[in-house]
Amino acid sequence: MGLELYLDLLSQPCRALYIFARSNNIPFEFKRVQLMKGQHKTEEFRKVNVLMKVPALRDGSFTLAESIAILLYLAQKFKTPDHWYPSDLQKRARVDEYLSWQHANIRAKGSKVFLMKVLLPVLTGQPLSAEKLEFLIEDLSVVLKQFEEKFLQDKPFIAGSEISLADLVALVELMQPVGAGYNLFEERPKLAEWRRRVEEAVGKELFQEAHEGIMNIKNLTADQFAPEMLEGFKQQLLKQV
Amino acid sequence: MGLELYLDLLSQPCRSIYIFARSNNIPFEFKHVELFKDSVLGKRPAAGSGAEQPRAGPSNSEGTGKVNLLKKVPALKDGDFTLAECTAILLYLSRKYNTPDHWYPSDIQKRARVDEYLSWHHANIRANAPKTMWIKVLIPLFTGQPLPSEKLQEVMDGLSTSLKQFEERFLQDKAFIIGSEISLADLVAIVELMQPVGVGCDIFEDRPRLMEWRRRVEDAVGKELFFQAHEMILNIKELSNIQIDPQLKEQLAPVLMKMLK
Repeated sequence: MGLELYLDLLSQPCRALYIFARSNNIPFEFKRVQLMKGQHKTEEFRKVNVLMKVPALRDGSFTLAESIAILLYLAQKFKTPDHWYPSDLQKRARVDEYLSWQHANIRAKGSKVFLMKVLLPVLTGQPLSAEKLEFLIEDLSVVLKQFEEKFLQDKPFIAGSEISLADLVALVELMQPVGAGYNLFEERPKLAEWRRRVEEAVGKELFQEAHEGIMNIKNLTADQFAPEMLEGFKQQLLKQV
Repeated sequence: MGLELYLDLLSQPCRSIYIFARSNNIPFEFKHVELFKDSVLGKRPAAGSGAEQPRAGPSNSEGTGKVNLLKKVPALKDGDFTLAECTAILLYLSRKYNTPDHWYPSDIQKRARVDEYLSWHHANIRANAPKTMWIKVLIPLFTGQPLPSEKLQEVMDGLSTSLKQFEERFLQDKAFIIGSEISLADLVAIVELMQPVGVGCDIFEDRPRLMEWRRRVEDAVGKELFFQAHEMILNIKELSNIQIDPQLKEQLAPVLMKMLK
């Protein structure tokens, strides 16, 4: 039994993994875990990740959670090209710096736009108020500014002239609010150009394939959820409002 | 000019870096940043440091009214190179100074365990532990409002859930997260958990296994060093005696109330 990656491509970290593995021709078995159907709560999946989250990896008897850890594991095990996680001490530190910062910033704010704008309304039947949406977008705008000023600056990619894990992790997160209908690239030409560069570096076709689900997420309806999952998701999201 | 580390030991990530560097005899200049004094309207660190404040760490530059509190530290300056983010700094130091393997093991699976914890930490332990200090000390201090006990309960409940997962998934029945030796994962975890302890929410009290792990971590880094690093947070009540600039109070009150959300 070879490498297994447990993924739901509606999840940003899952997309980063999927794109990274495919882009580097890493052989793996795609194990689909549909969050909306509650497949992350099964006993079988619990054996892979007791925290019941995607993404997860199983490599023989070794299991691993957390997309950053999995990306680093794959990069090391399959000796992917150096630019993904540069051996140069300072360049590597730049990648680490972004991968750390993004949790509470790009990831948190980008996710929230998606969760509140698309997911919660589907679960409650109530659209998000324009005022609330504005707050969320404002919050996201703050971190986007920091991203451009501190991490990207005038470079083609975060670590310099070549794509790294940092760019991949960043872009998949930014596609979440885009899928939810907030085109954050529209008035940010520098970011839009960076996005084009990242897509080209990993392969446009692969990138689009990975994002097919999230780009159609506005068509989401409550009946796509397993009925027993609805209430749980709703309560989880209401806590975050 | 050698390695400079910009730190305020009231901050958890600063403590992990301080302990790591001292424990490994990494030579550095301690640049003391006092968050509650130096963050007023983006003022520079204490005069006499001589060095320019490093442009490390994303600064919240939008609007003059916003105070950039917990984002200036920790920061590293190594010649022209500046770096923010605790994990990045710890990894940089471990690589540059070739610290003993167990801190960040070369074994791919053990290393993955450290990476896994360091990632999970952000949205879990670090999501709630810091709030205990905000709620119990800073909010009353800066806003004059009484401690919101309902909010505190919510935070403690969240922290309990994370601690349960920590014990079940990360620590299990091992001595340390990766097994028999301490790593960056244990260090990053412990400093975060000392924050609630410092403000009177002793999360180790009813958790004997966790308490034993804590003792092992303290021994591994050196008890004296550990307590020295934690002196400020363990005497946090003295913060209440700090003269807070009324202008700072005015600036911070709405920011703090928003943080409660």
